[in-house]
Formats: sequence, structure tokens, C-alpha cells
Amino acid sequence: MHKFLFQITVFIYFISTVGFLVHIITLRKDAERIASVVLSVGFGFHTAAVLVRWFAGGHPPLVNLHDSLSFMAWAMVGSFLLFQWRCKLKSLGAFVIPFAMIIMTASSFQSKEILPLPPALKSIWLPIHAIICLFADAVFALAFCIAIMFLLQERQIKKKRLGAVFQRLPSLETLDAMNERCLTVGFPLLTLGIVTGSIWAEKAWGSYWSWDPKETWSLITWFIYAALFHQRLTVGWRGRKAAIMTLIGFAVLVFTFLGVSLLLPGAHSYATWLK
Amino acid sequence: MPLGLNRPQTVLLGVNHNTAPVEVRERLSLSENDTPALRLFAELPSCKEVVFLSTCNRVEVLVSTNRPDEVRESIKGLWLDKGKMDSNTLQGALYEYEGMSAIRHLFRVASSLDSMVVGEPQILGQLKDAYRMASEAKTAGMVLNRLLHKAFSVAKRIRTETRIASHAVSISYAAVELAKKIFGDLAGKNGMLIGAGEMAELAAQHLIAGGADKLVVANRTLSRAVYLAQSLGGSAISLEEVGEALVDADIVISSTGAPGIILRKDQVKRIMRPRRHRLLFFIDIAVPRDIDPKVNDIDNVYLYDIDDLKGVIEFNKAEREKEASKADRMVEAEVIKFMAWMESLNVVPVIQHLQEKGEAVRQKEISRSHKVLESLNDEQQKALDVLTRSIVQKILQDPIISIKKEAQERNSEMILDAACRLFGIDGLKDTQSQQAKGISDNSQDKTM
Repeated sequence: MHKFLFQITVFIYFISTVGFLVHIITLRKDAERIASVVLSVGFGFHTAAVLVRWFAGGHPPLVNLHDSLSFMAWAMVGSFLLFQWRCKLKSLGAFVIPFAMIIMTASSFQSKEILPLPPALKSIWLPIHAIICLFADAVFALAFCIAIMFLLQERQIKKKRLGAVFQRLPSLETLDAMNERCLTVGFPLLTLGIVTGSIWAEKAWGSYWSWDPKETWSLITWFIYAALFHQRLTVGWRGRKAAIMTLIGFAVLVFTFLGVSLLLPGAHSYATWLK
Repeated sequence: MPLGLNRPQTVLLGVNHNTAPVEVRERLSLSENDTPALRLFAELPSCKEVVFLSTCNRVEVLVSTNRPDEVRESIKGLWLDKGKMDSNTLQGALYEYEGMSAIRHLFRVASSLDSMVVGEPQILGQLKDAYRMASEAKTAGMVLNRLLHKAFSVAKRIRTETRIASHAVSISYAAVELAKKIFGDLAGKNGMLIGAGEMAELAAQHLIAGGADKLVVANRTLSRAVYLAQSLGGSAISLEEVGEALVDADIVISSTGAPGIILRKDQVKRIMRPRRHRLLFFIDIAVPRDIDPKVNDIDNVYLYDIDDLKGVIEFNKAEREKEASKADRMVEAEVIKFMAWMESLNVVPVIQHLQEKGEAVRQKEISRSHKVLESLNDEQQKALDVLTRSIVQKILQDPIISIKKEAQERNSEMILDAACRLFGIDGLKDTQSQQAKGISDNSQDKTM
């Protein structure tokens, strides 16, 4: 059942992606409206898929890579819908939703079998820690899309090429403000994610911090975003530098999320259970 | 007066910025005459309705008439006479449209597709004024009323459904549009003018209209700065204070007559930290340039000089042209619709004939039975009258509806032909198919 719901979700997201792309190419307003409605429906199915999987497995579906990617896409779409509802940002959907679509596609290639939960993970901290971290990841993914849009638009204006791209993207200051907003939400979430992880580690392994690769890389990620956050607050860093920093932060984040799990062995490594 | 069957035709004669130099346009506007031009045209004998449009870029006369050729000649004659022109000049500059092409031209003019700068909105207002004058002078009737209203609605549709007017095509407006792409909302932004030239003033007005908050004017002669600052509702500073004031500025418009660069890169770079790297937009419309072009290399600083803005405008004009072809397709569809309505005007005389014939038959039959009916009392006579009348009406009702409908949807000729033959309306048929002008010879004795 949850597999079926997941597949329907992927299909609906695909339609929505097409809608947003049609909108940004043709600038047809109805395409965007339809894409948003379709996306909301897809989000409903996605939510149902996650819940059904939760009940079917008896534990939060946040354990393997399929789960994590799917949940991150869910959080991304959810944040996007919330975002668009609160402050409409032109053409954002054409960047965020294809991205979410890619994550969903990646997720759909992973094993969807529900395996018994390893004893080490049986804890209330699993959902708390994982949900917070994945939400932080989703918000930073949103910030990544906005930073890309900013850099594209900034380049158009700087090089005085005011063509199709220029017309389709929002103003620089709006993009920068949205980037900042994502950071002010994402950074505390990331911090909280690390703190809860650390508490959980103490409960499970008896030590708050054991320098396993995931922890180390999380800390590196945290430092990058912390630097950005600090610079923004103190000297008013913004614009291109802040956008580039957002890209770097996200690249490291992706490595922490995927690279460490798949390449480096450690307590967090999902790869070990999958094999 | 016996009934004429030829339908009204629209005729449009005029000149515009492409066909005639300004001297010719001035003369044709007939503005130096004592009698208003509109009246002169309205008094032409073959002219049923008229609207006269005169702007700095065009002079046009739009008439509805039953005798198009005659009206053309008399309008030209009037222009030659009152405008004191020789006929070669006039003929060389004039365009003449009739029927469908006149309607198309009017729609294009109203939608600003025929303007010097495609998409500029003024022409619609000017056309509305011209129409208002015509309707006040009662020179616009059924055809032109409908035509002009249609032209206005077509123009409005094109404005909203195409992006023909969405690209700025003047320097100052393009600058403000750019500022909006950098800052989003101009509310709360501070503007600064360096140099108090006319173009800077214009751009500043656009900025204020766009929502910009504070305005600072810096000028070599402080008195001029103070004067301009007052008229724009800002404050004045001297040129020496510019460096300091830049910390608070967001949009800087520079237009001094200085022979060299007055703002160097390092000067701007220095203020970025105190202004906490907020975005800064320079518009340098001075020739020679006031601001070092390298300023554009600084992060979060954007510099556009006059050539850049001209490039933007050229690009925007090209965009408008692209949209214009879309608009032309919309115009074409509306022209066809309007022509269908014009065609349907053909049916009016036929329907009249039909009704009159019915009435004549009724009268004739009643008078034939005169002797028998005389014995009825008044009330019965009256009832009989109502009865016969409603029989005639009921019989004619469906044919009339069909004729109207058919003529609006398809070519009116076939159904009218059929109606004439079925109901024996002689003579009409031939004149109809020949689109003849003048008076039809029909055997029925009808008067208007």
C-alpha cells in the first residue's frame, strides 16, 4: 500500500514539475496555478504514504536511504507550499519542484522493503533527531534553489543581459531576503538536530560525541552555516557572497547526508544495514 | 423617402508620422480654422457619421457613409481647400482605407500598434477624447458608436493579454524598471541625484512615483540643488558631501556636466562596509560619464550608463514588436467579428420590407371584407384588429429571427436572397446582390 502511494506521489510530482517548467518557459499563469494545485494533491498522497509506512513498519520511516530521501522531499514540498502561501516568490517552483522530483526519483530507486529496526535505533530520539535534521536539510535545499536563482539573476544584471532569464526571476533583494529567511529557520534546526543527536548518542552509546564521520561532517556543515549566519548578522554580508556561501554549505550538507553514509563507515552508515 | 438598401460603409482617411512630415500633419489638423474641423467634416453631404482624430503623430478622419467614393473626394477637397495644400503632397502622404481595412486600421491605432513607439498608451486616451468630442457634437451614430467602443475594448484586451506595453522604452522609465528588478519594492529606498539636469529630474519623478522614500540632490551650484530638492520633496547637499551621503543612498542617478569622472571605484568601495553591503544601483546618464565604469565590478554594486540603458530600450522595443504580431492576430479576429455585425446591418431593410408587406396584406384583406365587418361594434372591430395583427406578427416572427441569426453567423446574402424570393419582395434581390448604392426600385409603396 505504501509503495503504491509512493508511486502515485512520484507520478503527481512529475506532472507538477512539468507544470512549473511550462510556466517558466511560456509564462502562462494558469500553468502555475494548475501545477500548485497538483502539487498540493501530491503532497497529500505523500503524507499518506509516509503515515501508512509508519504504521506498517511500527517505527518511524526514517531509517534507510529511501525513507530519508522521501521524507526530505516531503519536507521540501511542504516548506515550499508554506513559503508560496506566505510570500509568493516568482518562478521558485520551477527550481524547487524539479529538485524535489530528482530526490524522489533517487528515493524510488532505493529498496522500499521495511526491515526490522536495528536495536540501536529503538528510541524516541529517532523521530525527533531525524525529523529535525531532515527538515533542516529541506530548508537548506530551498535556500540552495533561491541562491541559484539569485546568482543567475545577479549575473544577468551585472552583465547587462536583460533577456528572458532576467524577466522570469524575482528581484535581487527579494531573493536575498528569502535566502536569509531560510537561513534563520534552517540554522537553528541544524543546531537542534546536532544537539538532539548528541543527546541520543549519550543515551545509546554513552558518549555525547565520538567523532564518527557523520558527526564530524555535520560539525563542518554547521560551521559553514554558522559563519554565514554570523557574517550576515554582524557585517551585513549579503548578495553574491552570501549566495555562494549558501551553495558551498549545501554541497557540504549533501556530502554529510549522502557521501558519509555511502562512502565512510561509521555508526550512522545506512549502507551497512542495507547490505 | 424611398428606402435605400445599401448598407453603411466605414471609410478612414489620414496621415501619420510615417507618411507625412510634421508640417503636413499640422495643416491637415485644420487647427487654424475658425470652425472646428469635426464640424467641417460633419457638414459634408455624403458623410453620415464622423470622428476626427488629431494628435501630434497623426491626423485621421473616420466616417460612416453610404457613398464611400463621394465622401473620399469631398474630404480630400476639404483638406486641399481649408488646409491650403496642393493635391500632390496630400495624395503622397494620405492613406485611405475602406470597410474591413478601415476597421483594422482603427483597431491597430487604438491598440497602439500603429504608434511611433509601439505600445505607448497615450493614443488610446487621445482616441477617446476624439470620440467624446464626436458624440458631444452628435456626429457619431450607430455605426461609429459601436465601432469606437469595440476599438476601446480591443485595445484594452490587447493591453492586458499581450505584453505589448510591459517593457520600458524611455531612458528614465527603463532605469526605474531596472531598479525594481534589483530592489523589488522601491518603498523605503533612498534616491540620490548627482547633478540636477532635466533627465535626472524626470528619472527622480519616476522613482518617487515608484515608491522611493527619501531623495537627496547634490549639485555644483547649491542653489539649483535646493530648488530641485524642494520641488521633488527632498534635501540638498553639495558635491563634496556625496561620498558620505552614499552610505544611505540606494539608487544614485548621476548627470553632471563634469568633463571627467567624479566618482571613483575606491570611493564607492570604501562605503560598502559602512552601508553593510546593501545593494547599490548607479545610473550614470551623463556624457561624458560621471562614474568610473569599474564601479560595476564591486560586489552588490550595479552601474548602468546611458549606453547600457539604450541597449535595454532597444531590446525592449524588439520585445514589443514581437508582442505586436500577437496583438495583430487578435485585431484580425475582432475585425472579422465586427464585419459580421456590419453585414448584419444589411438585414434591417429586408426585415422592414417584410413587416410592411405583412401589414399591407392585412390592411388590404380587411378593407376587402369591409362590408361584412362594418356591422360589428367598436369593441369587436378592435378585437379583430388585434387578432389580425398578431397573426401577421406570429407568422413573420420565425423568419425574422432566422434572418437575423443567419446573417450574423454566416454570409447574409444567401438568406436575404431566399427571404426576398419567398416573400416576393421584388427588386430587393438584385440590388442586394449587386451591393448597389442609391435607391431600390420596389413595387411596394413604402416610406421610411
